[in-house]
Amino acid sequence: MNIINIEHIAKIYSVGNQEVQALRDVSLQINKNEYVAIMGPSGSGKSTLMNMLGCLDTPTHGKYEFKGQSVSEMSDNELAIIRNKEIGFVFQTFNLLARSDALHNVELPLIYAGITGHERKERARKALEEVGLGDRSHHKPNELSGGQRQRVAIARALVTRPAIILADEPTGNLDSKTGEEIMALFNEIHEMGNTVILVTHEEYIAQHAKRVIRIKDGLIESDEEIENRTLPKVKVNLT
Amino acid sequence: MKVLIYELKEAFLIALRAVRANKVRTILTTLGIVIGVASVVLMSTAIKGIDNSFEQGISSMGADVLYLDKWEWFSNTEWWKIRKRPNISMAEVEQFQQLSKLSAAVAPTLWSMETVKYQENSIENVFLCGTTAEYLETKNFTFENGRFFNEIESRGSRYVCVLGFEIAEGLFPRGNAVGKTVKISGLDFRVVGVLAKQGSFMLGSFNPDKRVFLPIGCIFKHYINSNVRSITIEIKAPNTGMVADVKEESIGIMRKIRGLKVGEDNNFSVNQQEGLQQNYNQTVGVIQIAGYLITGLSLFVGAIGIMNIMFVSVRERTKEIGIRKAIGAKRRTILSQFILESSMICLIGGFIGFIIAVLLSMLVNQWLPTSVQYDSVVVAIVISLLTGVFAGLAPAYQAAKLDPVEALRYE
Ligand SMILES: Nc1ncnc2c1ncn2[C@@H]1O[C@H](COP(=O)(O)OP(=O)(O)OP(=O)(O)O)[C@@H](O)[C@H]1O
Ligand SMILES: [Mg+2]
Repeated sequence: MNIINIEHIAKIYSVGNQEVQALRDVSLQINKNEYVAIMGPSGSGKSTLMNMLGCLDTPTHGKYEFKGQSVSEMSDNELAIIRNKEIGFVFQTFNLLARSDALHNVELPLIYAGITGHERKERARKALEEVGLGDRSHHKPNELSGGQRQRVAIARALVTRPAIILADEPTGNLDSKTGEEIMALFNEIHEMGNTVILVTHEEYIAQHAKRVIRIKDGLIESDEEIENRTLPKVKVNLT
Repeated sequence: MKVLIYELKEAFLIALRAVRANKVRTILTTLGIVIGVASVVLMSTAIKGIDNSFEQGISSMGADVLYLDKWEWFSNTEWWKIRKRPNISMAEVEQFQQLSKLSAAVAPTLWSMETVKYQENSIENVFLCGTTAEYLETKNFTFENGRFFNEIESRGSRYVCVLGFEIAEGLFPRGNAVGKTVKISGLDFRVVGVLAKQGSFMLGSFNPDKRVFLPIGCIFKHYINSNVRSITIEIKAPNTGMVADVKEESIGIMRKIRGLKVGEDNNFSVNQQEGLQQNYNQTVGVIQIAGYLITGLSLFVGAIGIMNIMFVSVRERTKEIGIRKAIGAKRRTILSQFILESSMICLIGGFIGFIIAVLLSMLVNQWLPTSVQYDSVVVAIVISLLTGVFAGLAPAYQAAKLDPVEALRYE
């Protein structure tokens, strides 16, 4: 059974009296435990699509079913619960709380999930260790490197053990070596049975996935399996 | 339920951090709340103090005592009309005493300001009160030492006197006033009694502690001519239920003595404590309303200031709100976070205001014996919290309904 099912989705922004069609007519099914890369030129609508998939935004037209439930019929509250429990979102610009340390940033989704003090701290610490930042838990974002910040963001996305990880250009701001480490992390997440969807500009990053969807001008250009996917050179261990 | 508590705890911590991060701004914006809470606490304290001393004073006047007087305490009659009334004379007092059947006691009083001396101690402008032995029955005096002057002494206009507590204290710092002879504007009077402390009353000269009592005849003989000043007749009713009857009877008797015809206005007044109470309530009421207005206004101004700063805070933290929403914060979580923050700011203001009020009331205490009421702590907290919620509502609502994508895009 597919976890994501979108049919004829469109997203139209109006700026002044001008209409921008960020997405025109997109239909897409993604099954459990898939590993999908979304590619496309700048401004083609990738982030718009990701926001939609992550229940952050609602389409102007079309249907979106998440685990068989219609997202457009959900209340604000229900959307918040889905974002909290089902989806782990890794943003292009990290989006960490600047005034909180790494541990607290990772704890945040657990707070909104209502998980209590001790268990919450433990789980957050474990998530940080998994991404190799066990010794940085009390650093604020501005005391961390770009790659470390991205890893905090990934730890935050992982900590609630969501079914889906959505990552919008997770390696966009990183050098290729750090990018490789991050990709190893996603590979491991996928191996564990999670669904991973990531946006990227780079072909070699996309080749880590099992399926690649190409978007142009708000339309799906192609959607195909990857024959010989790249496996990460480094190994990480998630538990 | 559990989730709610943890959300609230988190909201509380966030609010605390936000307040700490902007200490100066927080303190400055609380000014209106500080003034509002300080004024409401001070006012309730002051009014309580005034009430207390008024109550004491008024009970010393007695709820069952009528004051038959040339003057009317709270009068609608023109002053010049009252001025033309004849003075109440000693002859009228004697007639009145004979005719009055319902009253429990009747005592004339007449006052004069004189200097009282004992050896090198001297007090100027002492309120000298000339009266008769029966005066004791209209008052609930208790004695520190000695007694009131008796029937014989008062009829014979003997040179005896009774000192109020403070007068005795002033003239005889070492006590033992009874039996000594004091000089009142040059004449010798023997002290027969000293009153116990009767308690303070704001209208200074009403305070028996600051008076000296002596037979009324002595006042006429040595201090004032009976034509100059009118006598006040104090009439005590047997109980408070009889006050109205005694009043009616007294008016009848006085009209008869004065030979007033039917239809002619009274050329005297019968005053009672009740009138004072009404007048007092009115005055205090006005003060109270003015106080509430000031309080309300400064709280309102304070609330607007805090609302303003909260809007700024929401704008500054738009990105943060976006992140929290993207991660699963619900509307009510964001809402409570900001309402808590503004309530906390107001509570800080209320706390400062309360401290200021306590300090100021210590100052006021020197003139008006009073203390900060404990229930005003509750009032201060409730007022600050309400203001905080009121001020935080609109900004918090704005924050809560932010679109997560838009908010994340905000730089
Ligand atoms: N809030 C908005 N208001 C108006 N137009 C918008 C808004 N968000 C996106 N757009 C437009 O929608 C189109 C798609 O934007 P989107 O961010 O999805 O592109 P993208 O594929 O993620 O690009 P990039 O690779 O540069 O991140 C763009 O043309 C953009 O101008
Ligand atoms: Mg993008």
